[in-house]
Parts: sequence; C-alpha cells; structure tokens
Amino acid sequence: MNPMIDEAFADIKVHVNGNTVSARVPVRQSLVDWLRDDLALTGSHIGCEHGVCGACTVVVDGACIRGCLMLAVQADGLSVETIEGAIDSGRLSALQEAFHERSALQCGFCTPGMLLTAAELLQHVENPDRTAIRDAISGNYCRCTGYEAIVDAVTASQTNKER
Amino acid sequence: MKPAPFAYCAPDSLDEALALLAEHGEDAQILAGGQSLVPMLALRMASPSIIVDINRITKLQHLEETGEALLVGACVRHAELLRYALLHPRWRLIADALDEVAHPGIRNRGTPCGSLALADPAAEAPAFAIALGAEIVLASTRGERRVPAEAFFLGIYETAREPDEMIVAVSFPVPYPDWRFGFEEIARRKGDYAIAGLCAGLRVEHERIAEARFVFFGVGDYPVRALQAEDMLAGGDPTDTDLHSAVATATMDEIDVSGSVEYDAAYKRRLVGVLARRVLGQLAATGEVT
Repeated sequence: MNPMIDEAFADIKVHVNGNTVSARVPVRQSLVDWLRDDLALTGSHIGCEHGVCGACTVVVDGACIRGCLMLAVQADGLSVETIEGAIDSGRLSALQEAFHERSALQCGFCTPGMLLTAAELLQHVENPDRTAIRDAISGNYCRCTGYEAIVDAVTASQTNKER
Repeated sequence: MKPAPFAYCAPDSLDEALALLAEHGEDAQILAGGQSLVPMLALRMASPSIIVDINRITKLQHLEETGEALLVGACVRHAELLRYALLHPRWRLIADALDEVAHPGIRNRGTPCGSLALADPAAEAPAFAIALGAEIVLASTRGERRVPAEAFFLGIYETAREPDEMIVAVSFPVPYPDWRFGFEEIARRKGDYAIAGLCAGLRVEHERIAEARFVFFGVGDYPVRALQAEDMLAGGDPTDTDLHSAVATATMDEIDVSGSVEYDAAYKRRLVGVLARRVLGQLAATGEVT
C-alpha cells in the first residue's frame, strides 16, 4: 500500500472520433471515465468497471476493447472511436435498423457495446450463425432482452444490408 | 477513479523498462494487456507504487515463427495469436484453447504472456505452454534466461519470475508432424473461467502412441501433467476405446484435485475423467481425418 503517492498526471493526444484531442489526465483515470467525464461522450456506459459487462466497449485502433480496462494515458497517440463516432459514420446503420425492428433493446444500457461488438463480428465473419453471434456477444451483458432478440437482430441486419 | 494513485512510466525501450524493474522490484507492476491487472487496481487488490507500461516497446510486439519455434512477444494479443494459430494447423491446440479465453473485447487487449505471468489456476495459456513444451523467456538487467513452462508455475498466482524480471516472450517449439493435439474445457458459459480443462498431445507412430502429454488445468494450484496416464497410453492404439476408459479412470485417481466454493473436489474429479475421455475421443478422430 502506498498512501503517500501523489496524484500523477500525463499529457496525452488522442484521435477521438476523427478529431485530435489534447488533454492532461490523471494516470489512474480509465479511458471510459475520460471519454464520459471530460469529453462528454456519454454513449459509452459504465457498468461493472472491472471488465465483465461490456457496456463500456469502445474501438481503439480498430479493435473493440473494454474502456474500463484501459487507462486514458494508454490511449496517447492512438485512435479511439466511441459509439457516437461509429453512429455518425453510418457504419452501424443496418444493425441499428435491425435492433429497432426486432426490439433488441429495452433499457438500452448494453446497446452501444452490443452494436460495436456485433459490428466487429460481422467485419470478420460473413453470415455468422446464431452460435457464433452468441459467442461474440458473450462478453456483453444484457439484463432486459434475454439475448434472443439481439441474436435475431444481428442475423437480420445481414439481410437488411443485402437488400 | 477507483485505483489507488500510482506513478506511471511507458518506456520505449526494453532496457529502460528493465532498469525500472531493477530499481523498484516488488513495488513495480508490469502493465501489458491489463485485463487482469486493471480490474485488480480498480478493486484495490493491487496497489503498486509504479506501473511500467510495456505497450510502447515495439520489439515486444513481434510474433514470429522460425523452423524451430514460434516466438510470441510479451505484447502480442490473444486475438493476434489466435488468428495466427487458426491459419496453421500445427498450432491447433493454441487455437482451440485461445478460443475459450474470455470474450472478443478481452482477447483484443489481453496477452498470452500476461496470462503466463499471472498464473491463474483456471487459465488456458499456462496449460498449453506446458503441453507444447514451451519455454518462458525472462529478462532483467542481470541478463536473459529461459525457464521451461513445466518448471515456471509454482502456486496460485505464483511463478519462477523474480521481481526484477519481465516475461519478454514465450517460445513454443514447432511440434513434429506426428504429434496430434486435443483440447477440452468445461465452463458454465463460453468465455467464463474453466471449471476444469485438459490440453493433450499424442505422438503417433505406425498407428501406435509413442508419447503422450496430458495437462489438466483448473483442478489444482497450477496446471499438472498426468504422468501415469501418459505412461499408460504409450504403446497403445489411439482408437482403442477400452484404453480411453482405463486412462480416464486412472486420471481420476492420479490427479490431486482441489475443490472450490462452487465446485467440490468430487465433482471436479469426475470432470477429470470426462475430459480425458472426450479428448481421447477427439485424438482418435484426428487420426482418421489426416
């Protein structure tokens, strides 16, 4: 235990949703805390804060990661895409439409993480079956839907895209 | 912010990182993927005075295979090694095992070397490292040394790594083509910690087992080889189901199983037999395919 340690800070420069952001952050601040509290990007949700629930999923240098398990200081020089940036880019539109049509959300807390995780799956796997979809979202907790509707929506989104 | 305050360094070179470890020893904590360390910081189960982030050291990001070995650097992610292993059937054991490691978002960040360093009893990487006869490459300002995976794990979260040492890579010798590997784990849900698992290999010559490797994990403090079962298998026919049954029964006696709050020892012992039977079934079938 080290109660005597002073708060340490670091200067970082991060590409967030296409914009370069410079900031001074406490080194113990998580990436998702920084995105939400300092940049007001509150679409990334904070659930468990220890990597279990997936609500804080963001995309760092092209890969979905847990925003609570990366320090903000570690994002220095990297590209971060939050749900806000992904939606603005239009790359999630087929998924969003399918989630809406299939009622794949109720409270919406898990939805940003679900969308980003599902999009990453569809990027790597063409027409994944229901088992592959379930495996891919196994690290994203939903307490409303029972997952069936989410799996339906991810499946349906592939048809939407083709139409 | 949930972690206790700490100092943070992210050196560009290995020498700088090793100098920091030499200076701070047990007060320093190495941060690679952070998928176990950061939760421990958040829960204040870990409160190092300094964090040495090794993610900016480019030479630790290399994944390369020579004719003799596959060298996986300390900052290679689970996802990257998984993608590589899926492309090369000789690394099927690694592919099968890593597919069970947590979830995509965790695999994109977490590292096999970090898993070795942590030495969680239920983790897959320590077990497949032992099954494949891997060597852990440790570096410090005092120099470099290699420790066989089988001698690296000493207890729950306890390894042969000294406080001033860093795992810089893990080296997997390329298995000869006459080896075949099988993997099975039992968990409540895909991606959850294993209740118990088995990494196994058979070297088959002229349809007879010449050599066997059986490594159970999740059953004790660290992965353990079933040496008696390996001996029983030697000389046998890999498709002999009577042999499978005999070996499965023998492993249940041989492996020293410790129970947990959720799963008692009797249940886990039963799983040992189930795993042995399932993996031997896989290994019998592997032969027919090739």
